[in-house]
Amino acid sequence: MKLFASLLLCLWIPMALATGTTVPKLDIGKGGQCVEDAQWMRKNHMDLLKHQRDDTVHKGVRNTKHSLKGCIECHASTLDNSVTARADSFCVACHRYESVKIDCFECHSDKRKSAWLQRNAK
Amino acid sequence: MSGIDLRRRNFFKTSMGAAAVAIAPGILLFDAAHGKPPAGDGKVRWGMLIDTTQCREGCSDCVTACNKENGLPGGTSATAVQWIRKVEIKEVSTGRKMSLPMMCQHCEKPPCVDVCPTGASFKRHDGIVLVDRHLCIGCRYCMMACPYKARSFVHEPVTDQNPDVPRGKGTVESCTLCVHRIDNGQQPACAESCTNKAILFGDLNDPDSDIFRKIRSVASVQLRADLRLNTGIRYQGL
Repeated sequence: MKLFASLLLCLWIPMALATGTTVPKLDIGKGGQCVEDAQWMRKNHMDLLKHQRDDTVHKGVRNTKHSLKGCIECHASTLDNSVTARADSFCVACHRYESVKIDCFECHSDKRKSAWLQRNAK
Repeated sequence: MSGIDLRRRNFFKTSMGAAAVAIAPGILLFDAAHGKPPAGDGKVRWGMLIDTTQCREGCSDCVTACNKENGLPGGTSATAVQWIRKVEIKEVSTGRKMSLPMMCQHCEKPPCVDVCPTGASFKRHDGIVLVDRHLCIGCRYCMMACPYKARSFVHEPVTDQNPDVPRGKGTVESCTLCVHRIDNGQQPACAESCTNKAILFGDLNDPDSDIFRKIRSVASVQLRADLRLNTGIRYQGL
């Protein structure tokens, strides 16, 4: 009985802590139906992006559903067309919460293509 | 320094292939360098024919178009990024002047690929020589290996890139033949912008293409042909 009680306590404490934590609130932009299940994407998006990047650079495979540009197209904020501009931007909110640095945007644009074209039109 | 001895290289390749077969018939124990199976059918080879007689002195429309398309700042200092530049040349004895654009020559046997320690510098299956900047460590060996001085190092942080042309500090880059446009069935920006139609872009292997017919009917040269790199960019009227 004692063992059962302690086991219950062990399980209960982390559960209580988990419900008390704040989940990052993010601006999902246009949002809508994601290319994969949202929970699966939270866990695996980095692998998809890495796979896609090699296909694109070396084999010229573009416009498939797992491209970084595709992510940005849907998930850039409708306010500033960016996925990194603010603390609650789509990429930043979670990455800041998890303390994981994103390297992508040191080279890649964080803006929608349409926004870039508008700004750089003649 | 003498050029690369291709006969010697080919001899080694052949003998290594023979050795592999002798060791284990049917099983190759190693993958020959650059011997990866092709992504496409390997029949396309993109190239350009540049008609120097049509290239106007002082005109830099191709350079401007390149800078705009690829989001380059457009400086011309020693450390500035230049994917394409205009070169004015003059024959000393006759005083004949010429003007031509210079960029990555997209060699069939690119020295930049040979020297790259990380495999970042590579040749795409359709003949376009590129830098995979996910792998580039910025060592700049390729810049030294290139006989055309076609590559640039990015010294400054980059912001507001074209979403189709990612580029950033600490890596080497050069003309990509506007690979993002080619993949979408468009022409490179320089070829499209040339008002005199001095730049003819196309598939060097396609018998129905204009460039295929033209390189067979007019005299054209490869720059530094003595290096036997078999460049994809050819010049006419030099």
